[in-house]
Amino acid sequence: MRLHKYSLRNRHAPVKNSQMADELRPRHSAFVRVTHWLSALAFMALLVSGTEILISHPRFYWGETGNVNTRPLFSLPIPASRASVPSGYGYVLPDENGWSRYLHFEAAWVAILAGLVYVALGLFKGHFRRNLFPALSDLSPKRFANVVAGHLRFRRPTDEEGWSYNVLQRVTYLIVIFVLFPAVILTGLALSPAVTSSFPSVVTIWGGRQSARTIHFFLSIFLVLFLLVHVLMVFLAGFRKRVGAMIVSRPAGPMERP
Amino acid sequence: MRKISRRKLLTAGLVTAAGASGLAVAAKFAERYGLIPPDAGVLYGAGETFTYAAQRLLTRHSLAREFARSQISKDPFADPVDPLGKDFHRLQEGGFADWRLVVDGMVASPASFSLAELKTFPSRSQITLIACEEGWSYIAEWTGVPLSHVLNLVGASPQARYVVYRSIQTDWWDSIDMADATHPQTFLTLGMNGAELPVAFGGPLRLRVPRQLGYKNVKYINHLTLTDNIKKFGKGLGSAAPEAGYAWYAGI
Repeated sequence: MRLHKYSLRNRHAPVKNSQMADELRPRHSAFVRVTHWLSALAFMALLVSGTEILISHPRFYWGETGNVNTRPLFSLPIPASRASVPSGYGYVLPDENGWSRYLHFEAAWVAILAGLVYVALGLFKGHFRRNLFPALSDLSPKRFANVVAGHLRFRRPTDEEGWSYNVLQRVTYLIVIFVLFPAVILTGLALSPAVTSSFPSVVTIWGGRQSARTIHFFLSIFLVLFLLVHVLMVFLAGFRKRVGAMIVSRPAGPMERP
Repeated sequence: MRKISRRKLLTAGLVTAAGASGLAVAAKFAERYGLIPPDAGVLYGAGETFTYAAQRLLTRHSLAREFARSQISKDPFADPVDPLGKDFHRLQEGGFADWRLVVDGMVASPASFSLAELKTFPSRSQITLIACEEGWSYIAEWTGVPLSHVLNLVGASPQARYVVYRSIQTDWWDSIDMADATHPQTFLTLGMNGAELPVAFGGPLRLRVPRQLGYKNVKYINHLTLTDNIKKFGKGLGSAAPEAGYAWYAGI
């Protein structure tokens, strides 16, 4: 117990690279683990409910307005859950928007609150500085290319590398945390008639309500792509080790097979 | 397996107790200031309450965005409704001369207005966007009587908390709180884009609540009731929308 706390607090204290120290060194601090799984749960709920809502009008526009009388920017080649949408299919899917909307906004609150706690504690505890901001020297094109090449060859990280994020991971996580998530929340808020009555710039910065909706869709696609790659990487790096680390803070240890 | 220390157990217990009593206090406070929507249930109650309470604290008096005349949509879409009933067709044949808007409940003098009478009241116009929960939208110029004018005229009780509004269509009713009911852009709408409000868009009378989504803008309004107890209406969820699975508050 004591040692555990000691190594957390004294992050600059030399930690012996022995099996003992490794076992006691927390891989992810508690607030990272809790907010990670809350966001993961909220994201899955947002994804499922968002898809259901999208099915009621799988057409996209630009600007403030757009409806079935308007020529869309593009439309998805899928059936719709509304008879008024000319989907080209001879049938109409069941309407699931009721619970989907309830769930979407409740999950959005979980994501926002977990995100706020994560960012506040992350700044306060130096999590971003220590674990996510890349060293300037790592941002050189050569170093960057090296890491990308390693990823493309599916090179597994060594145990020591597994204790910290490489430059590609750092940049990706920073983009997800500080660009994609805030933007997907802001484009979502831009669709709220009450929010935009108080804060019109939430919608005007995107060029209108329909533009915000279209951007919301693309941001979700980017987040899904991130999720897929993220999960693939966890598998490649050792599923038990990585997931164990995100749940109980340390890798599964000796039971792990290579 | 690590042992859980007594100190940890005590701390966890205290934090849980503090959290639970904090929640109870917050719930009491929210109830006292009318921040809990009538459809707040077990599963989605927290999310709905957060949304509604946040909007009431942040946006009570804010005005929905208004647009330039040049931004009015040339291709507005009239969402299809269920076939209009016999009563509606009979009134339509008479040019809606016999259409009445009944106002009752917690008012000093219950009243009933014809469309002609409504048209003698001060009329206002707004160019606002209406957005459907499905995602589509259009902009139109809406002309009508601010609901607040009619509420003043009949002497709305200060104790009233909701205005329940009903369509001539069976089982189509909704309600808004007084913040939205007395809001300057909440209209009893009679006209659209400089003409009579077309039947497809809710004519002869539609309630326009531009700070909420399209489905709160109920078409063919003929009855308003002021109340301090929304639980008495329908299944007690505030409107027909939650009875069909949709949220009562659509300001999101």
